[in-house]
Amino acid sequence: MAGFNYGVNAFEVNETNNMIEHNNLDVRTITMGIGLLDCAAQDVDTFCDNIYNKITEKAKDLVKTGEEISKEYGVPIVNKRISVTPIAIAGASACKSVDDFVKVAHTLDKAAKAVGVNFLGGFSSICQKGMSPSDEMLIRAIPKALSETDIVCASVNLGSTKTGINMDAVRLMGEVIKEAAELTKDTDSSACSKLVVFCNAPDDNPFMAGAFHGVSEADCILNVGVSGPGVVRDALKNAQGLNFEELSELIKKTAFKITRVGQLVAKEASRMLGVPFGIIDLSLAPTPAIGDSVADILELMGLEKVGAPGTTAALAMLNDQVKKGGIMASSSVGGLSGAFIPVSEDQGMINAVEAGALNIEKLEAMTCVCSVGLDMIAIPGDTPASTISGMIADEAALGMVNQKTTAVRVIPAYGKKVGDHVDFGGLLGHAPVMSVNTFDCSGFVNRTGRIPAPIHSFKN
Amino acid sequence: MRKAIITVVGKDSVGIIAKVCSFLSEANINILDISQTITGGFFNMMMIVDVSEATDSFENLAGELTKYGKDKIGVDIKMQLEEIFTMMHRI
Repeated sequence: MAGFNYGVNAFEVNETNNMIEHNNLDVRTITMGIGLLDCAAQDVDTFCDNIYNKITEKAKDLVKTGEEISKEYGVPIVNKRISVTPIAIAGASACKSVDDFVKVAHTLDKAAKAVGVNFLGGFSSICQKGMSPSDEMLIRAIPKALSETDIVCASVNLGSTKTGINMDAVRLMGEVIKEAAELTKDTDSSACSKLVVFCNAPDDNPFMAGAFHGVSEADCILNVGVSGPGVVRDALKNAQGLNFEELSELIKKTAFKITRVGQLVAKEASRMLGVPFGIIDLSLAPTPAIGDSVADILELMGLEKVGAPGTTAALAMLNDQVKKGGIMASSSVGGLSGAFIPVSEDQGMINAVEAGALNIEKLEAMTCVCSVGLDMIAIPGDTPASTISGMIADEAALGMVNQKTTAVRVIPAYGKKVGDHVDFGGLLGHAPVMSVNTFDCSGFVNRTGRIPAPIHSFKN
Repeated sequence: MRKAIITVVGKDSVGIIAKVCSFLSEANINILDISQTITGGFFNMMMIVDVSEATDSFENLAGELTKYGKDKIGVDIKMQLEEIFTMMHRI
């Protein structure tokens, strides 16, 4: 039995199972991307029938398959999700009013519930250069759509390195976020947790709230998001005294191991469902569970609290090593792939905010080197729409100039002020309301038009 | 051949291996390799098995084996397909 020489040993088996049982290693999501372009119709009712039928047909075995794979390998697969073609594109001919788009959101919610997935993303508009009438109607429909549905997520890409920043959309989104907050004031403005604004949004991101199925994608694909901040944290527990090269190597090796699990699950899900595999997104996505925290990793690297000087450098190194380990582990790494730094979903971040170590300005600096942006941050309910637009413009500028994805998912918690708390439950967690710079920026954001693309976008 | 790894962890007692083996025999799962140690009164076993001729789906058998370990022997048993370990630890 020469084969045994290549087989696994007890140490390795224990290491893997220890990651799963004690350090929250999981496959965060299997996300099925479904193209809806072929569902286009002249009237909204036919369009709704078409998308309902297509989603429930394509994804009918998704949840069952996810659970089966989870049992076969003994690794939790936390979420099964769906992303669809941005509805502003797919529904452009069918939807003639804001209410038509709200109707589509209800259909998406119903279809997602019928197949048992946790979330459906793609109530989206891609309008980085300009808004078509359907983009604008969809965006205006977002507050109502998100407050009347449960598991539909919306996203708007309003900037890119190639096109610049659509400031008309930025201005509009400030108002939309405020309205969504008000419509869900009874649940701590929870609609805003399902709404994200992007610059340079990837077409194949499996993570919510920003997942959508880009128009360049095949008809149906599977993207897999792996996570494991707890595993990296555990590896770093014994890292005192290591130099930076050794520390980098340790993070990279751990990221490699985590990504390999995702690769296996993706391959198996693709085979079982007969759907092509798209990408693996290796993101250190924290959860409110103790220890499953990106902040804890940064603190183990030697910071007293996240937000201390050195935080940006530590995060830059972490993010880069995660990407390097991931790239080696799978030929198809995509999506966001890096470290997420949401506040409400990460107990370590919450602690840092409450200790006074971390503020929004430092978080903004951190987003220059991490994989997303200002994420799940509760701000005072009386923050003006123009200030939110200003925050969006700043984040979009960072993404545009640095050729990376940036995002804003802030919650202007209705009726709450600095020091209060919001609680969304589950993976979305809870958050202290953070203070926002109160100086006015309306003179800037109220200008119309587009911030031109930066000079280094001209590569043709 | 479809290989799986079984891990058994728990307080040592008489007949753990016998009971696990009789479960596997009934399910027509062939044992390829066993390694076992006892440290500090704790029983720790890893088995490599072939499940290609098993009588039921892997999913069901893995669940039943875990339940059997808990109810009949008082140990934690996991059965997982081998690839999760080879993928993670072999390039």
